[in-house]
Amino acid sequence: MNAALTCTITPEDTLAVALAGDWLLDAALPAIEPVLERLRHTPAPAAVCFDASELGEWDTGLVARLASIRRDAEANSVAFDDSGLPEGVRQLIALAFAVREREGARRKARDIGLFARIGEKTQRVVGRSRELLEFLGELVLSFGRLFRGKATYLRSDLVQYIQEAGAEALPIVSLISFLIGMIFAFVGVMQLENFGAGIYTADLVAVAMVREMAPIMTAIIMAGRTGAAYAAQIGTMKVNEEVDALTTLGMDPIDFLVTPRVIALVVMLPMLTLYGSLMGILGGTFVGLSMLDVSLVQYASQTVNSVGLNSLLGGLFKSLVYGSLVAIAGCQQGLACGNSAMAVGESTTRAVVMGIVLIVVSASILTVIYINLGI
Amino acid sequence: MQANAGHIVARDITIAYGDFVVQRDLSFTVNRGDVFIIMGGSGCGKSTLLKVMIGLKEPAKGDILYEDVPFWGSGEDERETMKRKFGTLFQSGALWSSMTIAENIGLALKQYTTLGDAEIREVVNYKLMLVGLAGFEDYYPNEISGGMKKRAGLARAMALDPEILFFDEPSAGLDPISARLLDDLILELRDSLGTTVVVVTHELASIFAIGNNSVFLDADAKTQLATGDPKQLRDSHPNDIVRAFLRRGAPEADAA
Repeated sequence: MNAALTCTITPEDTLAVALAGDWLLDAALPAIEPVLERLRHTPAPAAVCFDASELGEWDTGLVARLASIRRDAEANSVAFDDSGLPEGVRQLIALAFAVREREGARRKARDIGLFARIGEKTQRVVGRSRELLEFLGELVLSFGRLFRGKATYLRSDLVQYIQEAGAEALPIVSLISFLIGMIFAFVGVMQLENFGAGIYTADLVAVAMVREMAPIMTAIIMAGRTGAAYAAQIGTMKVNEEVDALTTLGMDPIDFLVTPRVIALVVMLPMLTLYGSLMGILGGTFVGLSMLDVSLVQYASQTVNSVGLNSLLGGLFKSLVYGSLVAIAGCQQGLACGNSAMAVGESTTRAVVMGIVLIVVSASILTVIYINLGI
Repeated sequence: MQANAGHIVARDITIAYGDFVVQRDLSFTVNRGDVFIIMGGSGCGKSTLLKVMIGLKEPAKGDILYEDVPFWGSGEDERETMKRKFGTLFQSGALWSSMTIAENIGLALKQYTTLGDAEIREVVNYKLMLVGLAGFEDYYPNEISGGMKKRAGLARAMALDPEILFFDEPSAGLDPISARLLDDLILELRDSLGTTVVVVTHELASIFAIGNNSVFLDADAKTQLATGDPKQLRDSHPNDIVRAFLRRGAPEADAA
């Protein structure tokens, strides 16, 4: 039976509400606005009472509405007479009103203007930058402790981080570098053949890989692979209060969690880069030999002559810088993580974005410096 | 609703992780309107049994019958429909951290009922009043305390007026008074709405305050040692382990 609601004013100035039919959560229920309006109307009735003799099945769909009526009745100092309601309904209403709403808990909807919003965002950016600087300072202090032998960390952790950031990254670095080398060689062959200078493809691939592409590509791979992992690991540890547990034991979370990770990445990234350069040159050789009319010896000697020690060291220095930036971005975002599953996702995303931006910006700066120094 | 029909019947359930058997040969009946306690020492598989009952883990053998319909023996679709009659309160609330408290509670109402936004708001508001959290609609889970998360989780479990409420360690992490209020609320829901309640707990105070039926799991025997009213089990069950558990290990003379 459909739910129905009728309300009448009795001669005793009481608002009598008659409920009929089934009042269930999933049914179309009549609006209770007429009742609420009568309650707000001045002069308000002295009391509101109920007649539930026609009421069929009910669940909290009914109780929720009666609770609203009672709240409005109390706000307008109308007596709420629940004697006409079934026992269960009365108990469930009483239960809801047993604990009063905590004063000041409810949030007011905030309507803030454009300028206020810009201001808040700016303040947040300033706050983040300060956090980052603080983190860098603490990291420097932590390295100081490490060199004096006062930092607490687990050797086995460090070995594991080196394993994760090094050997386990070899397959993906091989694949990407090899393909990048091939792509460079394709482009080189197509363009340089026009001038009959196809052999210089070897120079192009070798110089590009060693000086720029291998450091940058390997660093970006590691930002997505290891930087993200660092942020997620440390962020989750923060959510689980594992970081707090370290602090209460008197261990510096930076010493214990961050420094070993930074060392692992700073040590391993140059090695991966070296390996990546080699794979890239190999990919280039593969394409060069199959498309150009040159021998392996010719191609190899051309390659060896094109890459000087300066280029090699310059590339390795770059990867050193990128490695530290990726590790710092990952660990800092992990430690700055909030305390929910969402926050872990956000800080992981930020770690990768920040890592890649830092890599590209520092790559540009370093390239300009190298050119001016004539490296 | 017919009284005393076996609302939930467990039939020869064996739970295992791979080859490792956690519990075997579990058989018990939960009547409609019971507050049924799953109890036993730590690590005996209480929570795993709950997982089997709410459809998170398939038993290695046996089945659970809800109103005589086999749960794991039914197809995926029927199981989904049956699950809609359950409400579950997880150990630490398990609120979705990306949603406000109101959205957490309202999600099921939005998905499974035809209520409009204003009506959902009204129901959510009432459920929060029931658990004593009125006014916290627009807070995110990470902004409220552990006890409040638990209560909000309860409000979410009750969103659809489930026929069966499952609680995993409801009073763990609550102060004695809050735990007592939660017990009262459980009884009130059972009395007013006829909800069947299944509780995993080892809090003796709660067990005796609310439970009128139970199953006792033992980690060593890897099966149930007893089933029935916990008070009777404490006073007259022949097995020493069961009696000792329900008396906190105190000898009979002291406890009597």
